[in-house]
Amino acid sequence: MTTHTSTASRGGGNPPAPARRLRQPPRRPSRLPDWIVPYLLLLPGLLVIGGLLLYPLYRVIDMSFHKVGLAQLKAINPRPAEFVGLDNYAHIFESDLFWPSLRNTILFAAAAVTLTLVVGTLVGLLLNKLGKKMSMFVIVGIMAAWATPPTAQAIVWKWLFDSDAGVVNWALNLLPDWLSTLVFGRADWSGQPWFNDTITLYLVLIITVVWASFPFIAVSVLAGLKSIPSEMYEAAQMDGSSPFTTFRKITFPLLKPVFSVLVVLSIIWDFKVFTQLYLLNGGTVNRDAFNLSLWSYAEAFSNPPKMGLGAAIAVVLTGILLVITFVYVRQIVKTEDVR
Amino acid sequence: MNDALTRKRLGRVALNAAGVIVFLFAIFPVYWMVATAFKPNDQIFTTEFIPFPSPPSFEHITRVFTKGVAGHSIWQYLLNSAIVAVSVVVIGALFALFAATAVARFKFRFRTSFLILLLIVQMVPAEALLISLFTMVKRFGMYDQLIGLVVVNIGLTLPFSVWMLRTFVAAVPREVEEAAWIDGAGRFATFWRVLFPLVAPGLVATSIFSFITTWNEFIYALTLINTQGNYTMPVALQFFVGQRSTDWGGIMAASTLMTIPVLIFFLLVQRRMVSGLVAGAVKG
Repeated sequence: MTTHTSTASRGGGNPPAPARRLRQPPRRPSRLPDWIVPYLLLLPGLLVIGGLLLYPLYRVIDMSFHKVGLAQLKAINPRPAEFVGLDNYAHIFESDLFWPSLRNTILFAAAAVTLTLVVGTLVGLLLNKLGKKMSMFVIVGIMAAWATPPTAQAIVWKWLFDSDAGVVNWALNLLPDWLSTLVFGRADWSGQPWFNDTITLYLVLIITVVWASFPFIAVSVLAGLKSIPSEMYEAAQMDGSSPFTTFRKITFPLLKPVFSVLVVLSIIWDFKVFTQLYLLNGGTVNRDAFNLSLWSYAEAFSNPPKMGLGAAIAVVLTGILLVITFVYVRQIVKTEDVR
Repeated sequence: MNDALTRKRLGRVALNAAGVIVFLFAIFPVYWMVATAFKPNDQIFTTEFIPFPSPPSFEHITRVFTKGVAGHSIWQYLLNSAIVAVSVVVIGALFALFAATAVARFKFRFRTSFLILLLIVQMVPAEALLISLFTMVKRFGMYDQLIGLVVVNIGLTLPFSVWMLRTFVAAVPREVEEAAWIDGAGRFATFWRVLFPLVAPGLVATSIFSFITTWNEFIYALTLINTQGNYTMPVALQFFVGQRSTDWGGIMAASTLMTIPVLIFFLLVQRRMVSGLVAGAVKG
């Protein structure tokens, strides 16, 4: 039978060839019974996933119902945590920080995901139109942005937006005064502090994250575009279709699966942004700029630590993310050969 | 006719111009990081725009290498990062290869459930597990030790590694293994001598992915370590930021140093990373 051909790799695998499969595959030479081998191979991976992902996930939920502080974290004779029911959740929903953090998380994710996808798609389309050498040149450039570690990203953009010696303030000062006044309502940008105000801080954060993540979208869209047969475009051209109609009727529908995966991946990455925010914000002192992950960290590792409270925030964050990303899992289960 | 030709040419110029703009937007911050690292202080702290370090100064690079930061040599932090990343890669790659072989080569009862589990655990944000992993690492006596970071990072990178590697294993024709069995090779010999070399390119790609993730990892490195000399590079970069002022020349030199290995690896595997991440959506 052809049972195992169904595991052929995505795309690249050979289609099942029943004629060749008529003979029985040779028996595996082993003393081990066949059925046990896959489980043995899975064992280390399952232990890692169970011990380092599933158990901690259970633990963080469990901790969110307990009061976990210094007494529970002691190395010697830790005291058992006190069960407090939904107190931690009540505390966060009543906290002054809840709505601002949730708002920052959601607005940032919405802005960053939209911008990343729009810029990435446009660059992907552009790469597809450019000549071979030119597209290689651009790809090398965007690769540099993509490869920059998150810590270095935050540091570089913090420096570009520095109030005194930053290139951005210098460039904004170059604008003709009337234009600058017309658009921004001011002409002089010398010493503009970008990181004191939550809105401008998040503006820089959005630029940083979009800059670092649009290359991935662009390269993925390019890969998708390359897979569309050129006959389709030739046919559209013959029928006199405008470039916009061609994009809407051919490119977009064919790339829809790619887009849905990219949207959800971007949401996952941007929803919980931590490293760049932590560094741009200079730690956890400025509480106005908290998003859910930074708030969770700040509560859990404050002095004294409030781990239960931090855990409750983490659970809320995970809950929101899992609901959104359920779509992603479904999409992949549908298109991929998980069966 | 001539008109159409001119328009076409104009379109080409516009496209190339757009390409150059994208290139500049992407590369400028990286260039600026490197350029700042090579500038003397009076060219760094100025409101003027100085496009090139003129003349290039090696003072920050030399200082970072000789004096280090926060009382420890920069090599110490680089070494810590390398120890953690390499351990994660070696152990993780082995576990991932086993699991990928199981799902790509065998039919068994919980195969689909395992694959769906792999997908779902990738959705859980690493930041959310920070608190519980922190308490667990403390309980097991691995707090403030590199081993704690190794263990945590194996967990964080394994699901994606398995997901990516299984397509490589599935691409190796089954007949090759069957031929080895006919020639009398045992199960382990087939695995090590036949499957392993054929999957090696995929293993390299997957390993580089885990290396980059671990090398860049910040939040666990920040919380699971407590002694200056045990921190990894991403956290060490922060030590250039002082209470009152920041050593921008030094921080840029160190950032450049940290980015170089990632950039090299990135150019090696970018295509595979895309296919791994959007697996299933892009039909080849």
